[in-house]
Amino acid sequence: MTLDVSPLARVAPPAAPEAVPAGLLTFGEDEPSPRGQRLRALLRRPGFVLALAFVVLVIVSALVPRFFTTYDPYATAPAARLTPPGAAHWFGTDELGRDLYTRVVFGSTLTIEAALSAIVIALVAGLTLGVVSGFFGGWLDAVLMRVVDVSLAVPGLLMALAVVTALGFGTLPVAIAVGIGIVPGFARTTRAEVLRVKTLPYIEAARAGGATRRRILLRHVLPNAWGPVAVLAVLDFGVAILSVAALSFLGFGAAPPAAEWGTLIARGRDYLVTAPWVSLLPGLFVGLVVLSLNHVARTLEEVR
Amino acid sequence: MLRYVIGRVAQALVVLWAAYTVTFVVLYLLPSDPLALMLAANNVQLDSLSPDQIAAARARFGLDQPVHLQYLHLLVRALHGDLGTSLASHEPVRQLLASRLPPTLVLSLVAVVLALVGGVVLAFLAAYVQWRPATLLLTRLPSLGVSLPTFWVGLLLIQVFAFTLHWVPATGNLGWRSDVLPAVTLAIPTSASLAQVLTRSLRDTLHEPYITTARAKGLSRFQVQLRHASRNAALPTLTILGLLVGATVTGTVTVETVFSRTGIGRLAAESVLGQDVPVVQGIVVLTAVAFVLVNLVVDLIYPLIDPRVVHAPKVV
Repeated sequence: MTLDVSPLARVAPPAAPEAVPAGLLTFGEDEPSPRGQRLRALLRRPGFVLALAFVVLVIVSALVPRFFTTYDPYATAPAARLTPPGAAHWFGTDELGRDLYTRVVFGSTLTIEAALSAIVIALVAGLTLGVVSGFFGGWLDAVLMRVVDVSLAVPGLLMALAVVTALGFGTLPVAIAVGIGIVPGFARTTRAEVLRVKTLPYIEAARAGGATRRRILLRHVLPNAWGPVAVLAVLDFGVAILSVAALSFLGFGAAPPAAEWGTLIARGRDYLVTAPWVSLLPGLFVGLVVLSLNHVARTLEEVR
Repeated sequence: MLRYVIGRVAQALVVLWAAYTVTFVVLYLLPSDPLALMLAANNVQLDSLSPDQIAAARARFGLDQPVHLQYLHLLVRALHGDLGTSLASHEPVRQLLASRLPPTLVLSLVAVVLALVGGVVLAFLAAYVQWRPATLLLTRLPSLGVSLPTFWVGLLLIQVFAFTLHWVPATGNLGWRSDVLPAVTLAIPTSASLAQVLTRSLRDTLHEPYITTARAKGLSRFQVQLRHASRNAALPTLTILGLLVGATVTGTVTVETVFSRTGIGRLAAESVLGQDVPVVQGIVVLTAVAFVLVNLVVDLIYPLIDPRVVHAPKVV
């Protein structure tokens, strides 16, 4: 992943027109703001719009699952057990006759919540570490970056397993565990960006103008450094969903009958021969969500 | 050169020590009560014990000592190769790991080789093929590979190749035929991320002036890409090799569960379920060792491919 994506285009002073990305611009009529141009360039990509719409839809369904289905996720119907996908049950039914599509929609509440909390934890910790490290430098930077290096030596999911062992099972421990696993990446990216922004002339100008360190950091460095971090956050949101799903697949997530996406797939394992849709369709859904997130992140990276 | 080697080895050792420390912090300092955790692994509730029994148990696990002494004690023990005893099976952790390691090692090796071959071929084709729809497909395919949950891919492969086509057994680890599906499952995400990195660096390298020179000499695109571009383009890929091995080893946790195989990954999943702290720590440390070793090897062969690194000033 290239981490050198700069939001320069957005903040470029009007005196430097060459900083504006060429090629994707529409010339003529009234002059659109750089931000508007970027948005327009993004919206002209049907794949991006589609992926973004899907992600937004999934997040909304996680917030208000009731709006997206008429079934009850826990209502069993023994007569209709293991019904194949059809008009009545879009994803079919599971071993207790529960509507699988409804279970997936309600499962998104838990999974998306866990993944979002993981990202928030990672963002807060990673941004703080990266900014402190990059902005203040010196021995603090050296120490913090060595710590980050070491945490990178333990793969994220394994670190998450250790944290889950220590904290116990459930949605929140899983979220914390996954969050801790992705902090190092955020810290590194933020630090690199802060280091880059720190040397730009306008920071020097702000300093010469008598701005305090805190003001420079909060008003000048941070707003211009967080672009790539935001892209990474979108990308890692997908990674977090996969990790949360993996951990709940292994049985460390919410207790039944509540179902996270991973739990749904795990339960369907036993019926793979007779009713493959029980685990394959929810899994496909997870894959689509993560793919959409990846696509959104990649397009954001490409269109500056 | 010697200084470079010594430096890298020292760095690897420091990383290992630090990784051990991190696992100690997570597993022994993070839980509100480590004793409850350890007793739970033996199906003993903390409240059911008398104060005397609790004190005895505390002494047995060494939890009555101050934290830094516990840490030193465990570290010295680990340096002697003793990783403690499993709380669940009462087997020494080292023995447990050694008995579960071979199948996982074979599986991971096959998966890494598959990932390397798959990723390199995919990236090479993506850079070589000029028919637009094919290029688009080849460059988009990796993002699909990294997006699908590994355990789901495993289930899909079982459904198609074991249950429907009956080509290979669905589960277990008996013979090479049962290794095929898990290895492919493990290789898919890693080869995809490898292909992503390599495609990008190949594309960048192919824009270098020396490539134009080679083409101007009359060499074919294929020759240029194979001989001239691939060596330079391989450099960024080498640095992520350690990450790929790490991803493969963590992948075994879910994959061995999906395919009901014995191995380190399955042991990890079971130990976390049973909150078997010493075993979990042993596995994390073992993975860190694998990761550090691979990175060390990469660091040592890097100068053979790119001699500039030995003389370059230290990059922070």
